[in-house]
Amino acid sequence: MNVLAIVEQRMAGEVLAAAQQFAASLGTEVVTYSIDLPYTADAYAAAAEELIRKVNPQLVVFGHTYQTRDYAPKLAARFGRFLISDVIGGKPPVFVRQMFQGKLNADVRLVGDGPHFVSVQAGAWHAVVTEPAETFSPDLSASRLRQVPEAPFREAARAVDLTAADIIVSVGRGIKEKENIPVVEALAQALGAELAASRPICDAGWLPMDRQVGSSGQTVSPKLYIAVGISGAIQHLVGMKGAKTVVAINKDPDAPIFEVAHYGIVGDLFEVVPALVEEIKKSKA
Amino acid sequence: MKIAVAIKQVPLRDSPLRVNAAGTWIDQDTLGFEINEPDAYALEEALQLREKHGGEVIVISAGPARVSQTIREALAKGADRGIHIESNLAGLDALGVATLLAGALRNESPDLILTGLQSDDLGYGQTGVILAELLGLPSSTIIMQVEIQPGKVRVKRELEDGWFQHIEMPLPAVLTIQSGLNKLRYATLMGIKKAKTKEIKVITLDGAAEVPPASAVIERLYAPEKNKQGQIFDGDPKTAAAKLVEKLRFEARVL
Repeated sequence: MNVLAIVEQRMAGEVLAAAQQFAASLGTEVVTYSIDLPYTADAYAAAAEELIRKVNPQLVVFGHTYQTRDYAPKLAARFGRFLISDVIGGKPPVFVRQMFQGKLNADVRLVGDGPHFVSVQAGAWHAVVTEPAETFSPDLSASRLRQVPEAPFREAARAVDLTAADIIVSVGRGIKEKENIPVVEALAQALGAELAASRPICDAGWLPMDRQVGSSGQTVSPKLYIAVGISGAIQHLVGMKGAKTVVAINKDPDAPIFEVAHYGIVGDLFEVVPALVEEIKKSKA
Repeated sequence: MKIAVAIKQVPLRDSPLRVNAAGTWIDQDTLGFEINEPDAYALEEALQLREKHGGEVIVISAGPARVSQTIREALAKGADRGIHIESNLAGLDALGVATLLAGALRNESPDLILTGLQSDDLGYGQTGVILAELLGLPSSTIIMQVEIQPGKVRVKRELEDGWFQHIEMPLPAVLTIQSGLNKLRYATLMGIKKAKTKEIKVITLDGAAEVPPASAVIERLYAPEKNKQGQIFDGDPKTAAAKLVEKLRFEARVL
C-alpha cells in the first residue's frame, strides 16, 4: 500500500515533497500521476477514482489548489472519506491544519482504513525537483461529464500595478467601515505609498478589486509593507510575505500577521495610524 | 425556481477563542455566533436570483438549538423558510454533515443549491462539493457569477492568479459561492417582523440517521507556535509610533 501523489502543474514539487515525507513515515513508496484530460470536476473525479482503484494507495496527496478544491471532496466521498484539506504539517496518521482562519492549529488524526485523502497548503513544504509524472487519461463516457468548460480568461488589465510599489500600506477588516478608509489613505500619502487591501475590504467594495493583495489578488514584494488592521489569514500572507520589511498594526496581539512582521504595534489603529502619520511627517521635516 | 442555501453558524468574527479544558475544541459557553460570511454571500445570491427569476429560497443548517437564531436572521433578510437539522454534530466530519444536509434536501428537490466556499471555523471547504456528490448533482466551486438559463446554469469560476473560467452545467446543480460577488443586504425592520411568522422545520435526529464514520478526529487544538518574533511596540500610541519610525529609518532603512 503506497502513497499516491496526484499532481498538477501548480505545486507539483511541493506535493511530491510532502508525499515523500508521508511515504517515508509509512515505510512505503510514492507513486506520482498527473491526470491528462481537459479539466472538469466530473472528469477528474471519475479519472482519479479509476486511478485509485488501480493503484490502491493508503494515502492520496494533492496540492490544496482551486482545482483540488473543485473535485477532490467529491472523489473522497466516493470512498466514504473526506479530504483532510489544506494541511501545513504532520505526517500520517496525524496532520496539522489551521482552523479559525489561522488563529488556532489542530492536530487531526486519521481514523479507519485507507485510502485517506490529504491536500497540502501552498508554501508548507519545500518543493523537490520533479520528473514529469506519469500521465493517466482514461476513456470516460461523455454522459458522466456534466460540466461544459470554456477557455480560462483574465479580466481587462489591472488599473493598478502594486508589484512595482516600493512601499505599500495595506488595510484590512480592522478599519471597520468605508468611511474610515481616509485614515489609512493619510498614512499612504505621508509615505508616498500605494494603498492596498486584504480581500474582505475589496469584497465589500470599500476599495477596488485591483488593490487586493493575496492569493486571489496581486503578489507583492515591496521594500516596506505596512499591514493595518489585517489579521493575516494565509490567503493574504501568500501575497505579501516576499516584502523586505513587514510592519503590522493590529489590536489583537495573537493575530497571525505578527508572525510574519518584523515590527509591530499592538494597539487601536485609529490611535496608532494618526500618531504614525505625525511621526513620519516630523521625520521628513 | 427553488433555491436551497446551506448555511453554517460560526463564532462571531472577533471572538476571543479559548481552547477547552480537554484541548480538543474551543470553549463555546461565552461565545456569540453569526452566519459564516461566505454563506451570507451565497444567501444574498439566492435572494437576487429569486428576485430575477421568481420562486423560493430555503435556508438549511445543521447544528445545535442556537442555530435557529442564524436561520431566523436569514429569514429576516428575505429567505422564505428554513430547515434546521438539530444535532450537536459531535463526531461528524464534512462528509457526515453533508450527509445530513443531503438527507433533508433530497425531499425538497431544489433546482439550485448554493453554499459558501468554506467555513470560517473549520475551513475544510468541501461541504458543498460533497453534497453535490451525495445528491448525484453536478457542481462547481468558487463562483463569482451565476446566470440561470433554461434548464442550465452558466457560472464564472475563479481560478488562481486573476484567471477566471465560464462553465455551463445542467440544473439542478450545486455551487459554492465566493465572497464579494454581490453586496450583502441588511435585514429590514419589516423583514425581521415577517421572519417571526416564517416556518422553520426542525428535523431532530433520532440517532438512526445513517452517517458514515468520520475519516479523522481533532485530537488537539492549540494556539500556533510563535515561530518568529518581530519587535513589538505597545503602550502609548505616540511613543510606539515614534519608536517604529526610528526603527524603519535607522535599522530597516526603508524610510
